[in-house]
Amino acid sequence: MAQRIVVDPITRIEGHLRIEVEVANGKVTNAWSSSTLFRGLEIILKGRDPRDAWLFTQRACGVCTYVHGLASIRCVEDAVGVTAPPNARLIRNLLMGVQILHDHLVHFYHLHALDWVDVVSALQADPVKASQIANQVSPAGKSGPSDFKAVQQRLQKFVDSGQLGLFTNGYWGHPAYKLPPEVNLIATAHYLEALRQQARTARMHAVFGAKNPHLQSLVVGGVSCVADLNPDRISEFLYLWKETKDFIDNVYLPDVLAVAGFYKDWGAIGGTSNFLAYGEFPQGEKEPESLFLPRGAIFKRQLGKVDAVDVDKIVEHVKYSWYEGDKALHPSVGETKPAPSKLDTAKEYSWTKAPRYMDEAMEVGPLARVLVAYGRGHEPTRKLVDDALKQLDVPAEALFSTLGRTAGRAIETKIIADAMEGWIMELVENIKRGENRTFASYEMPQEAAGMGLNDVPRGALGHWIEIKGQKIANYQMVVPSTWNLGPRCAAGKPGPVEEALIGTPIADPKRPVEILRTVHSFDPCIACAVHVIDPRTNEVYKFKVA
Amino acid sequence: MSCDKSIDRRLAEKGVSRREFLKFCTMVSATMGLAPSFAPKIAQAITGSQRLPVVYLSFAECTGCTEGLLRSTYPWFDELLLETLSLEYNETVFAAAGEQAEKALHDAVTKYEGQFLCVVAGAIPTAGDGIYGMIAGKTMLEIARDICPKSMAVICIGTCASFGGVAAAAPNPTGAKGVEDALGEALPKPVVKIPGCPPNPINFVGTVVNYLLFGKLPELDAYKRPLFAYGKTIHDQCPRRSHFENGEFVEEWGSKEAEMGWCLYNMGCKGPETYNNCPTVKFNDGTSWPVQAGHPCIGCSEPDFWDTMSPFYKAL
Repeated sequence: MAQRIVVDPITRIEGHLRIEVEVANGKVTNAWSSSTLFRGLEIILKGRDPRDAWLFTQRACGVCTYVHGLASIRCVEDAVGVTAPPNARLIRNLLMGVQILHDHLVHFYHLHALDWVDVVSALQADPVKASQIANQVSPAGKSGPSDFKAVQQRLQKFVDSGQLGLFTNGYWGHPAYKLPPEVNLIATAHYLEALRQQARTARMHAVFGAKNPHLQSLVVGGVSCVADLNPDRISEFLYLWKETKDFIDNVYLPDVLAVAGFYKDWGAIGGTSNFLAYGEFPQGEKEPESLFLPRGAIFKRQLGKVDAVDVDKIVEHVKYSWYEGDKALHPSVGETKPAPSKLDTAKEYSWTKAPRYMDEAMEVGPLARVLVAYGRGHEPTRKLVDDALKQLDVPAEALFSTLGRTAGRAIETKIIADAMEGWIMELVENIKRGENRTFASYEMPQEAAGMGLNDVPRGALGHWIEIKGQKIANYQMVVPSTWNLGPRCAAGKPGPVEEALIGTPIADPKRPVEILRTVHSFDPCIACAVHVIDPRTNEVYKFKVA
Repeated sequence: MSCDKSIDRRLAEKGVSRREFLKFCTMVSATMGLAPSFAPKIAQAITGSQRLPVVYLSFAECTGCTEGLLRSTYPWFDELLLETLSLEYNETVFAAAGEQAEKALHDAVTKYEGQFLCVVAGAIPTAGDGIYGMIAGKTMLEIARDICPKSMAVICIGTCASFGGVAAAAPNPTGAKGVEDALGEALPKPVVKIPGCPPNPINFVGTVVNYLLFGKLPELDAYKRPLFAYGKTIHDQCPRRSHFENGEFVEEWGSKEAEMGWCLYNMGCKGPETYNNCPTVKFNDGTSWPVQAGHPCIGCSEPDFWDTMSPFYKAL
């Protein structure tokens, strides 16, 4: 007899997400992903100054802050036909790099770790043994017995206070937790350490971006922070970069691989089939040729065959979403009207649309980027992936899983952190030889259309704009979490998270921590995912609430 | 007044020297407009043994305000979590999900009725009876009507919870409103608004410290913003003010004048009409703020700024 489980709200994500699954014989047999908040940013953008768009779109998400800002700036620059000077490109790349480093650190430690780490078990750990294990994993950091003892005491005191705060009603003691107490203690210590590290990592955003979250130093045509291109600021950035890189090399990546070693069975759970990456970090003016992380699509897990991407082959379906109509349309001509109704997994159950590429659901994000780079023979990616597979003693097939997704995220963090040094030095060289342009001027056309593609922490992101009378006539975003967490398409094919959940073992339907593992491995960002395109009229929507 | 020893010991355990900590406390007292002699009392308030229960609700928002709090330094976010506050419910960092998370929320509200701080991030969609925002099968409007009145006070963190924010920008498709507007008569509790997109976490911490220290909420302006943070305009505290007085203005991005840090008034700066402490406190541990990065202020702590302050690049 199949049983339905609903997890609502899914916590430790950005936004509001509801997951419903059907379980039979201890395994998930079907799944439905629902986004339950709609804000309507595109409707709000209509009629405004295109130069303002980036400030609005950045507010799509405060976790993956900056990314919608940059996508919008690129989109408007494409429409008006201006190319930002090299220094602006470098600053933007550095800010995107910081965004990914920061996002991935926070994701692993603060949004994902508690799915694998039993904090309560850490109270039983032997700090001396924990210190020995920690030193085997990585010789750096605060890993003496007294360090772990202090964390344990702090935690014990917290538990003794009776106010369990964020740990209230966690799945502690669940049989799916496999780490020994000492590893749980190490991970908990690093959870706390990472809370401080992420605040320092985010400071890099403030150096050239004014603040984080929601940076404020971009403009259409370049960047505004010309006064910050001085030795003081650059060395401040370098110092923070170095500290972050050390944390990635000595704590984050080793932790992920150490924890993964206890959960190898998750190397066969939670996989999907098709992958899409737009690529990121332009190293020159030509895209996609100059992208540091390459663009490409992979179908049916064929790592050896990476296709070029034809953006015209993207459509968004709304059959199972709360919008009128059922036509699948390309983003540049999309037209949608919200039509909320009662949630029914057989009819309509999400504010998120269902994007498809060549009629297939595509997983986007760190794993997609790593697989595309690997398939394209990207040297740093190949080396780190092969090393990780070897260390874990798992086959390449294990990449297509919840475990692979989480490991891929950590691997890509290191790849990007390593590459950033070169971009900082390039900036220094430019300034040395008197190349200090940060802005290129342009005229706002009466009519134009443009597209901006990025690959951001959670995956492929595209913005499309149509300008009429120097105002925004139509604006649309197709965002990573729409790709990953969208519902079924008109053909009834499940979205990536729905596909990934099928086959997940569930030990205790009342405490489905296994569902969280796979859902969190996609790092959902739902506020981004939910939006609507220009409805072309300002009519009041009718409500059909059953 | 001296700090008790256990605080020093606790701080030392966390690798924070007493000196560093008191430096922070002095900064908070300065931010709050208190005499430096308050610093030790603030130290005690932040590390006291009784942790204040906080229920943190997220509605139509982008999580930027919560992320901003994660950037808090001195006290670090882990100190807020483990030593200062008792976070009874928060979707972003909570270990439990679904039913278990909901149970934690309702248990806390029952146990601490009238004694918890309710922090709200995000606007409340009110069109169509709130259908545009649902959590656990309830509309955000229902949840707010249920939870907020049971608190001792509501702190609106960010411009969305304070005034409606970006979701409420014209034409406001979901009928999004700030908490007070959405609930109206149904909210007979004190409200403090900490607007900003997102606000500086120090302004939130200052408000909480104010409560822990004096047992009351800080003095507020007409929009219910704490005067210690929102008492002066950006323009009046701006380090570029002398350029304004001298008529020295930036006219193009990336220009010589931009490099010299001249006034951004002609580039659209909304500093003269915006009340906030960005120029003095700055963001991310005092690293920078928009005008320092050469970008005009967009007025993000003012009501309806998305409509009243835009186009953002047009001079006032």
